[in-house]
Amino acid sequence: MNYLDDFRDPATAKKIAAAIKAITTQPWNIMEVCGGQTHSIIKYGIDQLLPDQVNLIHGPGCPVCVTPLAYIDKALAIAAQPNVIFCSFGDMLRVPGSHHDLLSLKAQGADIRIVYSPIDALNIAKTNPDKQVVFFGVGFETTAPTTALAAYQAKQQQLDNFSLLICHVRVPPVMQALLDSPGNQVQGFLGAGHVCSIMGYHEYLPLSAHYKIPIVITGFEPVDILHGLYLCIKQLEEHRYQVENEYSRAVKEQGNQPAQQLISQVFDVVDRSWRGLGEIPASGWALNADYDAWNAEQRFAVTAINTLEPAACRSGEVLQGLIKPAQCAEFGTACTPEHPLGATMVSSEGACAAYYRYRRHQHV
Amino acid sequence: MSDLKLNCPLPLQYEQIVMAHGGGGRLMQQLLDSVIQPVFSNPLLNQKHDSAVLNINGSRLAFTTDSYVVKPLFFSGGDIGKMAVCGTLNDLAMSGALPLYLSCALIIEEGFAIKDLQRIVESMQQTAQQAGVLIVTGDTKVVDHGSGDGVYINTAGIGLLDEHVNVSPAQIQVGDSIIINSDIARHGIAIMLEREGINFESSIASDCADLSGLVQDLLKAGIDIRCMRDLTRGGLASGLIELATTSHHAIEINETALPIHQDVNSACEILGFDPLYIANEGCFALFVPEAQTALALSTLHRHPLGQQACQIGKVKATHPKGTVTLQTAMGINRVLDLLSGEQLPRIC
Repeated sequence: MNYLDDFRDPATAKKIAAAIKAITTQPWNIMEVCGGQTHSIIKYGIDQLLPDQVNLIHGPGCPVCVTPLAYIDKALAIAAQPNVIFCSFGDMLRVPGSHHDLLSLKAQGADIRIVYSPIDALNIAKTNPDKQVVFFGVGFETTAPTTALAAYQAKQQQLDNFSLLICHVRVPPVMQALLDSPGNQVQGFLGAGHVCSIMGYHEYLPLSAHYKIPIVITGFEPVDILHGLYLCIKQLEEHRYQVENEYSRAVKEQGNQPAQQLISQVFDVVDRSWRGLGEIPASGWALNADYDAWNAEQRFAVTAINTLEPAACRSGEVLQGLIKPAQCAEFGTACTPEHPLGATMVSSEGACAAYYRYRRHQHV
Repeated sequence: MSDLKLNCPLPLQYEQIVMAHGGGGRLMQQLLDSVIQPVFSNPLLNQKHDSAVLNINGSRLAFTTDSYVVKPLFFSGGDIGKMAVCGTLNDLAMSGALPLYLSCALIIEEGFAIKDLQRIVESMQQTAQQAGVLIVTGDTKVVDHGSGDGVYINTAGIGLLDEHVNVSPAQIQVGDSIIINSDIARHGIAIMLEREGINFESSIASDCADLSGLVQDLLKAGIDIRCMRDLTRGGLASGLIELATTSHHAIEINETALPIHQDVNSACEILGFDPLYIANEGCFALFVPEAQTALALSTLHRHPLGQQACQIGKVKATHPKGTVTLQTAMGINRVLDLLSGEQLPRIC
């Protein structure tokens, strides 16, 4: 199959949408976990193809949105130091810290570079031996293996002008935290396909069994998402609660084992704060003690920066599915992608930014 | 939820220029509208057209200027010199003018190789010659090493307008057909793949080209051109949004009608970019009365730069005014919005 065409085929999509309508007998709240899925849903208008009873909740799967304020402030503190080349994925540059963002710092003269892979940052370190090169490692299980590889190679090569600021996060603990929260409304999950292509889906089996909730590992194209929703609703309607794999062309149950080994070799599982959600046990990765020498937090003495998250930012409610973006009074007025009040307005994968970009004229 | 406090981080107001202020998006519009336009404000500038149209002693002259900064200076499908000539020719052509004369101002960084400079000016001359225009005045400045990216070029141009030609956003009418001459997003992707050193098994070349000949063909064929816009920085979406805003009309385009080269589409998928917002250097949107759609298309198809020409949408009466709506392949309408600045590659 040509995935650009066949998995976006309108006729197939409409056929699946009709099948969803045919099996849906009652209201269901389903969360797509991954920000890439949220972006697709809003971009293609997939939610508009669904029956009214199916309510999609946009989950906390946007790495830009959930990176805590403390780590943005740490990044800013490191990037502002002389002799530092600070390397980051592009969309982290616009995330507001306590006082400014990396783009403003760049405008003031800091050497901040957009890279596509941590290995690019490693190469920048090799070609600039007189500079300290720092990579900002954020994101889920999808980006963690390449960050781990960069750390591993830096250690192998004893590259002492390279270090990493790590704020990686893990999906299963946040799903569990959402299910445990008193206001939880989620009745079924679309699992994050790319995360599972790395980690496999065995981690989700106990979650699904314990909470009696269907989890359908789903891809990112319109046909994938509709098919994932169909499988999820079918389980709910039939009172089944299983892990199913819609994205079998990319995901195997055991995932990418070399990538997993690399992760466990370089990182320790740690408790992590999520922007808008607070601290979630065992929900993150940090460099383990073998990599202390490459830990930018220690090298640049920023461990003490511990900016507290605002107590009640509404982006947390958006991330938990308690409100839709347009239900926030600031949406599209005080809070826009140019001047985001919260992180969900920053990245194109953030629910608020996706609504602003594609739905603003319908809601405001 | 009842005792909820809105306690989000404070909004950021940029006090310095950031790269996004030059990205062709909303931040750039805000900079123009708040800092530049109000100071220079006059009826000619306020038309917000690609060229100003000047009435001088009975002659109608189009006048425009543009500065060129591109990395790398030489790329597949062109170089900064070719771009600097084509870009200004195209700005003149978009007002319906026949380009006549150009200026060339060079800002060169200390240490720049003279043989590269020679290559660039020769490319400029060759492009100008092919277009039948002369580069008649210029300026050269050298700046300290580290104060520039090799070379920056500014060109200004003047062209002549026939008396019956009246091309501007104000001429757009409900029912007009919207046509583009070629596939979109090739220039931006070609530059990006070279700049970022991404190994991508494709030879996507920039579409950098002089469109003035194509426009002259349309005028000669008797097409009543309402408006044109070359779809440079910010791409098709930003160009159409600006026209919709300036003309207070609603534009609807059809996703399935948009020609996009398969390799360009694949590169956009990998990098997380939307081709609708990627720059072009040889692609323009043409607004013509509905009745002239077929004639405009057949005229375009006869020119090498118009062989992929197709209708992509219409000016509608029904939608909210000043907006551009994309009808997606799924049959759903979504409103296109200006991006804040340049598109940033997504994390995953």
